[in-house]
Amino acid sequence: MEVSSDREDIYTPGELDREEGQVIEELKAKSQEAIPDPDEWLEEDLERNILLTSVDAIINWARRSSLWTAMCFPACCAIEIMAVEGPRFDLSRFGMDILRASPRQADLMITAGTLTWKMAPNVLRIYNQMPEPKWVIAMGACGISGGIFRSSYNVVPGYNRIIPVDVYVPGCPPRPEALIHGIRMLQRKIAGEPVLPDLPQFLQKGKQG
Amino acid sequence: MTVALSGKEIASQIEEKFPDSIEESSQESLVVKSDSLLSVAAFLKDTGSLKFDYLNYITAVDYYSYFEVLYQLTSLEHNHSVIIKTRCHGRENPAVPSVIGLWQGADFQEREIYDLMGINFTGHPNMKRLFLWEGFPGYPLRKDYL
Amino acid sequence: MTTTEIVTLKTEPFVLNFGPVHPSTHGVYRMRATLDGEVILDIEPVVGYLHRGIEKLAEERTYTGFIPLTDRLDYISPMSNNLAYCLAVEKLAGIKVPERAEYIRVIMAELQRIANHCIAVGSFLNDCGAFFTPFLYLFREREKIYDLFEMVCGQRVTYNYMRIGGVSQDIPDEFLPALRKFTDKLPGFLEEYDFFLKQNEVLLARAKGVGILTNETAIKCSISGPVARASGVKWDLRKADPYSIYDRFEFDVPTAEVGDCYDRYRVRIEEMSQSLRIIRQAMSQIPSGPVRADVPHLVRPPAGDAYAHIEAPKGELGFYIVSDNSIAPYRCHIRPTSLINLSALREMVKGWKVADLIIIFGSIDITMGEIDR
Repeated sequence: MEVSSDREDIYTPGELDREEGQVIEELKAKSQEAIPDPDEWLEEDLERNILLTSVDAIINWARRSSLWTAMCFPACCAIEIMAVEGPRFDLSRFGMDILRASPRQADLMITAGTLTWKMAPNVLRIYNQMPEPKWVIAMGACGISGGIFRSSYNVVPGYNRIIPVDVYVPGCPPRPEALIHGIRMLQRKIAGEPVLPDLPQFLQKGKQG
Repeated sequence: MTVALSGKEIASQIEEKFPDSIEESSQESLVVKSDSLLSVAAFLKDTGSLKFDYLNYITAVDYYSYFEVLYQLTSLEHNHSVIIKTRCHGRENPAVPSVIGLWQGADFQEREIYDLMGINFTGHPNMKRLFLWEGFPGYPLRKDYL
Repeated sequence: MTTTEIVTLKTEPFVLNFGPVHPSTHGVYRMRATLDGEVILDIEPVVGYLHRGIEKLAEERTYTGFIPLTDRLDYISPMSNNLAYCLAVEKLAGIKVPERAEYIRVIMAELQRIANHCIAVGSFLNDCGAFFTPFLYLFREREKIYDLFEMVCGQRVTYNYMRIGGVSQDIPDEFLPALRKFTDKLPGFLEEYDFFLKQNEVLLARAKGVGILTNETAIKCSISGPVARASGVKWDLRKADPYSIYDRFEFDVPTAEVGDCYDRYRVRIEEMSQSLRIIRQAMSQIPSGPVRADVPHLVRPPAGDAYAHIEAPKGELGFYIVSDNSIAPYRCHIRPTSLINLSALREMVKGWKVADLIIIFGSIDITMGEIDR
């Protein structure tokens, strides 16, 4: 077979880059305020008029004991995630040893690294591709508020500008013990979630990327 | 030990071959006029006794009235090095010839300087922004940004 | 009777995007590969997804306050970044470092080299298909080095240990015995590793002869570090332009001839043994004394510029600092080892297949923090 070199490009050189640049600028203009955290589960005195049935308990136990992480590790906190996966602080004892490359098979996103405006549309796309129910742990100072790089021109001041965050784990980078504490906190949150009354709502939620 | 050659010594050798191409020279470095940069660089690379075949790095500094582009060259054979600078005045469209024909390692570094400082390298085959996206307003590393 | 014509099928090259989030690109690296079927015709790297503007932030921080930012550059070997930056400022300001601090710096830099090569070799073997086993074994050794570093400065990953004029605090008494225990055990481990992997058929089939980088291309593209040494360029800054006190130690510089992925892997394994040699010599010669020169906290170097480079585990890492006699640098440029080593990738992958692209990319050993800064 011979390779023909006179092909018609769909995009002229440079046009693709300009389009991607426009996407980034639009996202930057839209994300000027932080998305509020889904933290009603922390309210102690909220009257719980939702009964957790035993079916809920079983479903929640299954969900929290087998969290699969989507792979999205920009920067230095990735080293501590590698350490947590390692033999010393074993993460597979929590059921989390699968690091799926495909976000469509994941339900937890641990944001390990600084988010830049250039990377932001990609992270948003990965978040949208994850099916419900999904949770986000913002790891490290850069994930919470931009960290040591907050005053830079290309750094998003915290992941909660782009995606809603469930648990924040401070540190730069957080020690593996701190990350495991954050994961356990998320597991407590998942244990308290009512599943069955919300099931019709889940069936109605159509737009999942 | 890598000997950092004196700028004045190299300047005298270059002046013999290419008169009127050196702006100033000192112990640490020498400043070359930007239009004779390519010929001086080729001379430094090919002459037997100098033979600067390894480009360490290229960088640029913004001194309000002019931009200064710096090259450090090393000779692996003779184990000596030299620093060459060139200046471009004016903030609107500063331009410097590209040395990618001589040292291919200059490829990404020149794109980076264009991206962050706005200095155009004439003759570079792919002068695009490297780190920031097309449509980013301004050049961040300039002193008058933000 | 009909005659049949022979028609040659034409194919078109297509562009495949290896996105910023990919299991085998080490960090957020994106490339657009032009493929003809499985064979690679060209690649175009797209970087900048981790561009945090560290060079611009340097102009806002003081000289000492910039040291934590240097940790986050090449986050797999932060001690080397600290060392290169401190050497540059000391060269600019003319500060002399006390003897004990020099020895401590050498021990830390060589330990960091071993730790870096653990991850480099581990992830290279990960890409080759040995899914996680050698990586986790090497990570066990890296955890031991983390323990040593934690004893010294309290941090596991981003150390912020070196200061301008020395190191921030002295090593505790239990450090040297623990280091001796580590250096006694490591050669046995490296032997066990070699026993399983050196003549492994799968590794030889996947890595030998793949992605050859010739001597001339390496020099032309300004490659440095183990990648250049595997191609026959005998250039190691610790021997050619000794900084700190490296001229007092005896060690070899491993090189190879062919320049394929297997050679790069062997060079890194040999470098780990040579680093052990340097550490043992430093441990036996270390004197007592102060660990930090008498330098004010707000350093004000005289106006001028200086460039200092070290042989970091990935190659030549250098800092070019311009000062105007104020408390913050006027301009700080970092010579990005990984970005310059990346410019050889295009030469190395033309003609190979997609699976080989992943291995060749893994064998260069890059870190996005250093490329994007």
